[in-house]
Amino acid sequence: MKRKSARVVTEASQSFSFTRRAMILSGAQIGLGALLAGRMGWLSIAQNERYRLLAESNRVNLTLIPPRRGWIVDRYGKPLAINRTDFRVDIIPDRMKDADRTIAMLRGLLGLSDDEIARIRTDLDHARGYQPVQVAENLDWERYAAVSVRLNELPGVAPARGYSRYYPAGAAVGHLIGYVGAASAEEYEESRNPLLITPGYKIGKDGIEKTMESVLAGKPGARRTEVTARGKLVRDLATRPDVSGKTLNLTIDAGMQEYAARRLGDQSGSIVVMDCETGELLTMASMPSFDPNSFSDGISQMEWGMLSQDDHVPLRNKVLKGLYPPGSTVKPMVALALMGAGIDPERTTTCTGQYRLGSGRFHCWKRGGHGTVNMAKGIYQSCDVYFYHFALEAGIDAIATMAHRLGLGESFPLPLPSQSYGTVPDTAWKKRKYDKPWQQYDTVNATIGQGYMLSNVLQLAVMASRIASGRAVMPTIVRKPLVTPAEHLPIPPEHLAYVRQAMSDVVNGPGTAGRARLPFPDIKVAGKTGTAQVRRITMAERAGGVRSNESLPWKFRDHGLFIAFAPIEKPRYAAAVIIEHGGGSGAAYPVARDVLTYAFDKAKALEVLDGLEKQWGGDIATRMAAKAAAYRAARSAPATPAPPPTPTPSPTTDAPDNPE
Amino acid sequence: MSSNSIIPRPLAQLPWRLLLLVMAIGGFGLVILYSAAGGSMSPWAQSQGVRFLIFLVVAILLSRFRESFWQQLAFPAYGIILVLLTVVELVGVVGGGSQRWLDLGVIRLQPSELMKPCIVLAVARFYALLPPGETRSWTALWPTALLIGVPAALVMLQPDLGTALMIVAGGMTVAFLAGLPIRLFVGGALALAALLPIAFSMMHDYQRNRILIFLNPESDPLGTGYHISQSKIAIGSGGLFGKGFLNGTQSHLDYLPEGHTDFIFATMAEEWGLVGGLLLILAFMALIRWGIGVGIRAESRFAKLTAAGLATTIFFYVAINLMMVMGLAPVVGIPLPLVSFGGSAMMTVMICVGILMSLDRQPHQRGNFL
Repeated sequence: MKRKSARVVTEASQSFSFTRRAMILSGAQIGLGALLAGRMGWLSIAQNERYRLLAESNRVNLTLIPPRRGWIVDRYGKPLAINRTDFRVDIIPDRMKDADRTIAMLRGLLGLSDDEIARIRTDLDHARGYQPVQVAENLDWERYAAVSVRLNELPGVAPARGYSRYYPAGAAVGHLIGYVGAASAEEYEESRNPLLITPGYKIGKDGIEKTMESVLAGKPGARRTEVTARGKLVRDLATRPDVSGKTLNLTIDAGMQEYAARRLGDQSGSIVVMDCETGELLTMASMPSFDPNSFSDGISQMEWGMLSQDDHVPLRNKVLKGLYPPGSTVKPMVALALMGAGIDPERTTTCTGQYRLGSGRFHCWKRGGHGTVNMAKGIYQSCDVYFYHFALEAGIDAIATMAHRLGLGESFPLPLPSQSYGTVPDTAWKKRKYDKPWQQYDTVNATIGQGYMLSNVLQLAVMASRIASGRAVMPTIVRKPLVTPAEHLPIPPEHLAYVRQAMSDVVNGPGTAGRARLPFPDIKVAGKTGTAQVRRITMAERAGGVRSNESLPWKFRDHGLFIAFAPIEKPRYAAAVIIEHGGGSGAAYPVARDVLTYAFDKAKALEVLDGLEKQWGGDIATRMAAKAAAYRAARSAPATPAPPPTPTPSPTTDAPDNPE
Repeated sequence: MSSNSIIPRPLAQLPWRLLLLVMAIGGFGLVILYSAAGGSMSPWAQSQGVRFLIFLVVAILLSRFRESFWQQLAFPAYGIILVLLTVVELVGVVGGGSQRWLDLGVIRLQPSELMKPCIVLAVARFYALLPPGETRSWTALWPTALLIGVPAALVMLQPDLGTALMIVAGGMTVAFLAGLPIRLFVGGALALAALLPIAFSMMHDYQRNRILIFLNPESDPLGTGYHISQSKIAIGSGGLFGKGFLNGTQSHLDYLPEGHTDFIFATMAEEWGLVGGLLLILAFMALIRWGIGVGIRAESRFAKLTAAGLATTIFFYVAINLMMVMGLAPVVGIPLPLVSFGGSAMMTVMICVGILMSLDRQPHQRGNFL
């Protein structure tokens, strides 16, 4: 049955309907054609720029040419970090045919270990395209040549000449200069700079190498080649040469730096020497240290373990990250604060060996007492009671102001990674930090550089510089062509003169550090000793007699400190030394003495050092090698009980002063 | 043969303007293939040129047949091709895996390709036989649905989505032109839209992937989306006038996959730019409009429906290919007829052109074979 249509369809109407529908169809086709034309116009005109770039980045393969890293030289142009030619072998994954065969051959030719083979295989799994994968670096000529002559059997293997970083002074500059290394995955993710994953390319990882990266790195060159989708080279396009990194000129005196590092011996300590007129840092040595050369080549597990387990913390830069109670080295500073507060330096107090404050008793380092003490004697004899008495009169805030003025508690704008800047306590600080009012015993502790007071060695050196020159010198490490003297400090010159004389008497007069005298008749050094206690002396122990440092385990011995400047008449050098657990300042000032001797007479200083190094068992490199060998032996024979730790031989022969 | 012209009459009678248009398109294709081979006649341009000439002659020969021949051929040809399609399917089942062609020794015959013009002939024949009064009745519908549905289903099983879609579209175009109620097409379109999710769930993984990647080619720039991305780069980087003949980098450095077959338009656009692309699109539009014009001018219902249907088949080729190449459609593997390297599509389109020329000659027919 058929439903009646609304329209009667005849042949004529059918023909008409066809024509109409064919026109509709044709119109739709033209419409779609126009759409396609429009789409093509959009792609090739509006989006042309974008797609042209994409086509270009398809076509052109960019191979980066790593730039040569800039040298680091000292103030006289002596190299601290240079580049040495080295030989390396890489694999270009996409050009390699038989991975297993290639790796097996390279293993034989280069003598690769299982660990290295595993590392290469992992790298190859993650490699993309033409990004080379490192097989080995720092190869000698023989092994490099062995691969080079067999290249036709090793498709995809690319031997190359590169550069490796070399630090002539080795461990002596470890903390200061830092070291270089391949960029980590995180560093690459952060910048997405393809240069970072170029084999053999290294960036600064620590110290100056890290902070001055932008100067040292240079600009990479680029070799542009036209390649097919399958990576076949079609032709070379223009090549942009690389721009080497700039040479970085430091204020450091390489000779003095190395001397200072050697002079520290096996002790855990650091020393800073600076020019007290300009603030230029001449030496920043922290020992024991690590050899940046072995770090830059990639450090072994064994070596890392040895360094990180050492109780002398060779991995910490003690100049900047070591914080110590400055002890009596703050006394010249406190004296300036007292004079600034209007206390006549000739006023005296009587030292009986202890000071009563409320129910407490505070001791002077000299049990018998100093008798009548004025300011000068308070400094050169380092009398604690004098400072307890007058500091309470002046108040902590006057002392804290002076401390900041002389650089304590300050951080300096130096291109060095992370400075710990310590504490200069005052009433507001204690309120803020502990929400407790300042107490008189806090002042008593702070005035002899104990209690809350903490500083680093650089700050102590700056303090010595500022006292010596009377100028607000700022430490610098990158050499500038023109150095202008810093402004004068707002301290009356007669106050400074008084304190300098007292500091001279510490060494050259009736003071605590007579053995710190320089071996010259005409050049005199001024200084101040300090001892920082690291343990609490109980009443019971004090009653039975304070134990001598020699009888204590190394970890509980006092830190020895010394600040100094020379020559007295026209100060040029300022220095600060700390010897951790050295047993007192007697461990510190001989080091300062010898390093300052080096500044005036190298030969004389080296003579002393040679004698000492004979006692210690060779120079730094020899001793580090011996230590590594011992460590390795101890690890390979774990069954035998570890020998009892031999106490570090203390080089001190000077009578220690022991202010508490 | 009583003409005194120096040109033999059959030759003079040929629709030269049309043939020149077809030769221009084919010739341009050869130029592109020459460039795609890196400026060489081998391996593509030469064999394609020979093939083009053979099929051109075939088309001219086809144009000598009378309309009645096509009318009588329609159903038997449809039946034979349907059998061949079934055979291909069975061979595929036996051989394990998808198969689209029959190896006849001399040539590899792809029956689904022949079904494209044949479905037009068959559906046109059906509506020509149907009394006009029945056009809007149920009787006008179900045989067509069967005519289209059976081969489309067989081709889908191969599986060849692109060809199946073209068979459905070709048959439905003829049904539309025959005067079936518009509401059927609107309703059909709506039903299709509703069925899309179901169809999507029944697709093969590679088909589903192609659609997903078409929707977001950047999601997989080095995998399946690579084709579309690289094609767009080739077209877009060509700009207004292109990079110049033999200067395309996308094609010559092998970044553009299938640059001599499905993606030949991108190869062309990179070197000839928007200007070349528009010329090619215009040439195809002229060819298709001529085909529609043949239908409008024709007198018989069969000729009208066949001509417009065949013209639309050519249109589907061109439109689907260009949309795919420009990132407007998923990658379905439809070549650009007369231009892409390969015989199947060229054969189909030349058959279409031949039949169209034959239908165009009907009012002043002389010297026909049958």
